Amino acid sequence: MAEPKTKYDRQLRIWGEQGQAALENASICLLNCGPTGSETLKNLVLGGIGSITVVDGSRVEVGDLGNNFMVDDSSVGQSKAKCVCAFLQELNDAVKAKFVEECPDALIETKPSFFSQFTLVVATQLAEDSMVKLDRICREANVMLIFARSYGLTGFVRISVKEHTVVESKPDHFLDDLRLNNPWPELREFAESIDLHVSDPVIHKHTPYVVILVKIADEWAKSHGGNLPSTREEKKEFKELLKAKMIAIDEDNYKEAIDASFKVFSPRGIGPNLQQIINDCKAEVDSSSPDFWIMVAALKEFIANEGGGEVPLEGSIPDMTSSTELYVNLQKIYQAKAEADFQVMEQRVKSILKKIGRDQGNITKMSMKSFCKNARKLTVCRYRILEDEFNWPLQPELQKYLTDEDYSAAMVFYILLRAADRFASNYNRFPGQFDGEIDDDISRLKTIAVGLLSDMGCNGLTLTEDLINEMCRFGAAELHAVAAFVGGIASQEMIKLITKQFVPMSGTFIFNGIDHKSQLLQL
Amino acid sequence: MADTESQPSRSRDLDKLLLRPGNLVGPNFEPGPQLRADLQEYARVLVVGAGGLGCELLKDLALSGFKNLEVIDMDRIEVSNLNRQFLFRLQDVGKPKADVAAKRVMERVSGVNIIPHFSRIEDKDLDFYNDFNIIALGLDSIEARSYINAVACSFLEYDSDDNPREETIKPMVDGGTEGFKGHARVIIPGVTPCFECTIWLFPPQEKFPLCTLAETPRTAAHCIEYAHLIKWDEVRSGKTFDPDDPEHMKWVYEEAVKRAELFGIPGVTYSLTQGVVKNIIPAIASTNAIISAACALETLKIASGCSKTLSNYLTYNGVEGLHTKVTEFVKDKDCLVCGPGVLIELDPSTTLQKFINLLEDHPKLLLSKASVTHRGNNLYMQAPPVLEEMTRSNLSLPLFGLMGKIPMDIVHVTGTTRKNDKKTSSLRKLRVVFKGVDGVIDMDTAGGA
Ligand SMILES: [Zn+2]
Repeated sequence: MAEPKTKYDRQLRIWGEQGQAALENASICLLNCGPTGSETLKNLVLGGIGSITVVDGSRVEVGDLGNNFMVDDSSVGQSKAKCVCAFLQELNDAVKAKFVEECPDALIETKPSFFSQFTLVVATQLAEDSMVKLDRICREANVMLIFARSYGLTGFVRISVKEHTVVESKPDHFLDDLRLNNPWPELREFAESIDLHVSDPVIHKHTPYVVILVKIADEWAKSHGGNLPSTREEKKEFKELLKAKMIAIDEDNYKEAIDASFKVFSPRGIGPNLQQIINDCKAEVDSSSPDFWIMVAALKEFIANEGGGEVPLEGSIPDMTSSTELYVNLQKIYQAKAEADFQVMEQRVKSILKKIGRDQGNITKMSMKSFCKNARKLTVCRYRILEDEFNWPLQPELQKYLTDEDYSAAMVFYILLRAADRFASNYNRFPGQFDGEIDDDISRLKTIAVGLLSDMGCNGLTLTEDLINEMCRFGAAELHAVAAFVGGIASQEMIKLITKQFVPMSGTFIFNGIDHKSQLLQL
Repeated sequence: MADTESQPSRSRDLDKLLLRPGNLVGPNFEPGPQLRADLQEYARVLVVGAGGLGCELLKDLALSGFKNLEVIDMDRIEVSNLNRQFLFRLQDVGKPKADVAAKRVMERVSGVNIIPHFSRIEDKDLDFYNDFNIIALGLDSIEARSYINAVACSFLEYDSDDNPREETIKPMVDGGTEGFKGHARVIIPGVTPCFECTIWLFPPQEKFPLCTLAETPRTAAHCIEYAHLIKWDEVRSGKTFDPDDPEHMKWVYEEAVKRAELFGIPGVTYSLTQGVVKNIIPAIASTNAIISAACALETLKIASGCSKTLSNYLTYNGVEGLHTKVTEFVKDKDCLVCGPGVLIELDPSTTLQKFINLLEDHPKLLLSKASVTHRGNNLYMQAPPVLEEMTRSNLSLPLFGLMGKIPMDIVHVTGTTRKNDKKTSSLRKLRVVFKGVDGVIDMDTAGGA
């Protein structure tokens, strides 16, 4: 295969070489290769996933030709897994593609050990019973699991992983780490070496705002008993003070300083999310702890000691109006501090490794560097085991969703999707699957849904007739466009799970194809 | 009904939505086999763009009951398309995207007919676009969206109460992606906001000030843009920079490295150089799949009424968790594009040439080099040369006569406007009114065959 770097250029710009390597090392298992499953895999195969195993025991029917792009007229009567696998292989010869002609439900029942060979299992169009069983198997084997289902104009995506930790969460908007509210000695010294009162207007308007703010904050603190501005009045006054230092109206650096002055006022120390992570009981580490938690333990020590309440400095600065020389020098000061913080962290990680009886070279320098750089953005995702969610949904959330206008349709779909599975296990077909029985199915489905609601602990709530009717109208149809949407979401979440970059969704994503007011439900 | 069950049918799943009545459906929904047949036989959809979104759209529409599709794209396949444009293979590199995309979908979905157009969107006349029931946009440029939007809105006519005439409405669905983010929207001209009504959603990209590049570079991107925008002209004057020429790109990269070393700035790489110079937007298969699927689903709903439609703007963000949001934007009633048209009052003696000159100075238009069409007749065309020659003699004639002495009517003009220092092709709809005519055709005015 020619030029993988060029071929993957547009995605390497998102997840880099490391993310790409993680994808190329991953092995994925797909259960059921209808359009939802096929479209999910297509997006991963194009991106160069390591290997895929397609599991499906059915044969291609004429009806499949109308909703699945991976089968064609010549496929009718053949193994669906084989046909889909062949088409996927055609998309990217770097991917190892295999298929297993077996019914996923039977495989779950009879060969649970089959699943332990994979990095991640994506289970599509499974009924509740099999979902719960598979969930238990994958948790046990430490295999990541994601469910996807398309059903008429609705569907869902649900991740099931015990714990997923992210270092490179790469949020879109995150405040830079300039420490203007808590400058360290070297930054202060650097600022002191620069005179704000220079008469040369060119130099005056090329002094970076970081220097301006450190100096003016210092000036302020000296005249305010060592305190920084805190009241609204004081903050306004501080901005006035900055404005007064301008010697011309076109000084962008001073405008930037005024806009960034909130960075001087913002509270010191770490945010609530990080606080929660360092207080997590998993930060009490032992020899079996994952690398992530060992580094969290070191981070906790760092914050309490050398950090003085702060995390290791990130070390990069945003672009700002400045002369080249001052900017480059400022950059070096931030980098030097970040490097010094990193070295302290490295020692702390090593001593923890030693304490718990692991090799000191266990955690690479590169992963420690990345951890330090992203310390403020660490993320931990945990997902309830499906059985718990189904049996003991979180009551306050459930009540809120059912009564909240924005959530009620999604909540009703959640209930109806589960009710449809109960219906299927009672009647051996989905509600509205056959034309003749729609009216009867509507009342049957309603009865089941009401029963389910009471099992979930909600009595006396009414379900919208319109949605029950729609659900029966859908008759478990798998529409291509819906499958492509749901499969697209599933594949995107899989990329996040495998690359360990960005933050995967939490809860259950309920697709609403009627008005697109889809929702995430945390139950 | 029984036969839909016993006979194996390709539209097994789609039939549930098209043949069965429902409560949450569009106002004109008439379920039944006729609807399915009409969708196959009469619904004509144009897909604009055969890239990441366009490939998905063609597949999704072909599997959503449509049989008459056309696709237009001026690009050829490149290696860097292959991570998401799933209809293309390595051996297709260099071929027109539209041709290959159409062929691949037709190979796999029997019964569907897709006509490819390897062409610039501006090179097709209005009649070409008017032939479609719905236009689906899979584009990555604001200019191209703006152009197609103006084309679709140009067909819109208003009645005397300023309500849009339903038969002149040309619906559009539009998708766009960037990395893990994207949007899908439905534009019903005259009813929901058009692309231009909400143009503020797409702020122009900020450029680096030239003085920063020349005097105080600080970042790797500054060094790259210096090499690209300043150094190139200094050293290789006369030669146009071509971002697709590897030798040119390498030259810019090497110059950027030199400049970065001179100033002690880290971070210039070849990949970054390409990214900055070509303004590369990162793109992945999954986001394109999600957004295209939403667009295709809305196309099906608009065409069939089988469910409510998106009202009217869906945003998707998968960076931190998963966020989808529907926003109901409102129409700008003074919009130059989807409104009733800019009103131009003329003296009946005004010549076509004078009219064209007037457009150049009109504060709302500022349109130069205009070509003028009235009810599908080319009154004056700037290009191609043959047409220019054929229509040139009209320039000295009064517009009133050329328009068949109708006191008030819609005229379409295309020409160039300047936006953010960039020349763009624009199409505008004008309401031309002749002063002192008052609906009574004066037989004595000039002209007459
Ligand atoms: Zn408009």
